[in-house]
Amino acid sequence: MDLENQKRVKDFAEKYGAENVVVILGAAEGEAAGLAAETVTAGDPTFAGPLAGVQLGLTVYHICEDEIKAEVDAGVYEDEISMMEMVMDVDDIASEMSSIRDEFCKYL
Amino acid sequence: MNGYPVLKGASYTLAITPDMVIHNGTTQTTEMVVNPDSEYLKELPAHLRSFEDAVSYIPNQVYIGNAKPADLAATEFPYYDKKWENASRDGKYGQIMPQDEFYGLMQICDVFDLVMLESSFAQDVKAKLAAQNLLTEAQLAVLDKNANTTAEELLALVNDEHSEGLYNNNVLVGVVKRAHDVDANLSAHVMLENLVTKASNVLSLIELVKKAGVSADEVEYVIDCCEEACGDMNQRGGGNFAKAAAEIAGFTNATGSDVRGFCAGPAHAMLHAAALVKAGTFKHVVVTAGGCTAKLGMNGKDHVKKGLPILEDAIAGFSVLVSADDGVSPQIRTDIIGRHTIGTGSAPQNVIGALVAAPLEEAGLLMTDVDKYSPEMQNPDITKPAGAGDVPEANYKMIAALAVKKGQIGRADIATFVKEHGMTGWAPTQGHIPSGVPYVGPLREEVLAGETKRAMIIGKGSLFLGRMTNLFDGVSFVVQANDGSANAPAAAGFDEAAVKSMIGQAMREFANGLLGEE
Repeated sequence: MDLENQKRVKDFAEKYGAENVVVILGAAEGEAAGLAAETVTAGDPTFAGPLAGVQLGLTVYHICEDEIKAEVDAGVYEDEISMMEMVMDVDDIASEMSSIRDEFCKYL
Repeated sequence: MNGYPVLKGASYTLAITPDMVIHNGTTQTTEMVVNPDSEYLKELPAHLRSFEDAVSYIPNQVYIGNAKPADLAATEFPYYDKKWENASRDGKYGQIMPQDEFYGLMQICDVFDLVMLESSFAQDVKAKLAAQNLLTEAQLAVLDKNANTTAEELLALVNDEHSEGLYNNNVLVGVVKRAHDVDANLSAHVMLENLVTKASNVLSLIELVKKAGVSADEVEYVIDCCEEACGDMNQRGGGNFAKAAAEIAGFTNATGSDVRGFCAGPAHAMLHAAALVKAGTFKHVVVTAGGCTAKLGMNGKDHVKKGLPILEDAIAGFSVLVSADDGVSPQIRTDIIGRHTIGTGSAPQNVIGALVAAPLEEAGLLMTDVDKYSPEMQNPDITKPAGAGDVPEANYKMIAALAVKKGQIGRADIATFVKEHGMTGWAPTQGHIPSGVPYVGPLREEVLAGETKRAMIIGKGSLFLGRMTNLFDGVSFVVQANDGSANAPAAAGFDEAAVKSMIGQAMREFANGLLGEE
């Protein structure tokens, strides 16, 4: 995850409380989604950014996961996301995300 | 002008700079600050490729034109463990230069005496560069300035005078000095980055003349579209890389300027060039860019972790000549232009809609009417192991998915669309370098051979990296086989003779009217 984004996530968690923050990802690949999810839960796996060694344990989902899709207005989802849903391997992303959540999320 | 601006020629070059990966790539320089004793930095040197390995790397051979995009598509993934059989540093579109020669070229491109090379190294490099037949005697003679430069002197400049070292096989062989004591914009670090981009730009311009048969004297305007900025503390991005590079490359009759737009820069610059030619302002405009040191080894951590060689070891460059319609070369349709506007939004389907679907619809074309799309042509050998996927393929899938939403193809046809209208990416991940333009060279050839009739070049840019806007960006344009419209009779429009005759008639009627009144 981009170093600046790591800093922003860290700042939000400090400002609003980690239990009140949900991170929503839009990565197009399972592996990339998993890396970003790992960064905001277990810490930056590349040890390069502000979240290196910081285990925020934030609640994290991908926009295409059913839990989040159900929260979004269907028309907006159709306009903004449906094309990408056709392109992405949603099952792979969902399984990657849930495995990270099961292991590292502190607020589920 | 009748007809459209045409793609008259293109050149592509690489400089293989393994030592610069260690000393100048930001992934590595950041690691040296944050985690200087890391395993990655210890393991990295063993993963650097030899020049010969980089030359025979198939994506590099495609980039310089010795292999075709279709050859790469026919190669089993991954590519790093395979070699192109007839690999050569000399390519149809340009060449692959080794690091030592590139340092020599950097000094030849430096007009402020900032680059110094160790004397024996400089003499070796001079001989090697002379054999390349790229530079004039006077330019080669610049390397004689190093006659008294010793290794001790270079070391002192690095240790005591804030100079940046130039290393070859881990030995200090040169420096780039700072150009100002206080101004961060003229620090040795910035000067090195800027001289690298200038030198790689110059190499591509020279190769454009050599390989594409372009006459340097005919070029009237040069547009640089890299992602660096040159200037000082009072005008940090003042420019002008274009004119600076064109000067060394001998484009005596040209002036120029810089166009920026992150990775979308080249596509924007191509539009500028096409518009200048279409308007008749200039007949020959070159779009050109050098590469950047910062992105060397950008995904190195993943490559090392997975046991791969460091594949981002090349400084890339390209140049394209856009000229007035010659009735033969592929035309740039200046009337089929995609734009990501401020109101477009950043959702991928809006982006692809604005860049691909909208301009085609307006021109009465289907997405299947475009034979080949060239979006971001990053080499998946580099991006896939880093978790970024296959970037061109992702773009093709998005275009196909939008075609499904538009009812132009069935959902089951996505894979076929990707295969037929897509290509495997071969470009190094140097930001602006992969962005649409690597295909211009092969496209020109394919169109002239009748293999491809219509293609779309798509440039996209991540403007948010500059922290000035969260907006995404992109432009696209269609290239087609020459339709012969340059020689078509003038279309109905402004005709000076007809207007004069009409005015004359009106005057006569007016005069007759006056006479009649009397």
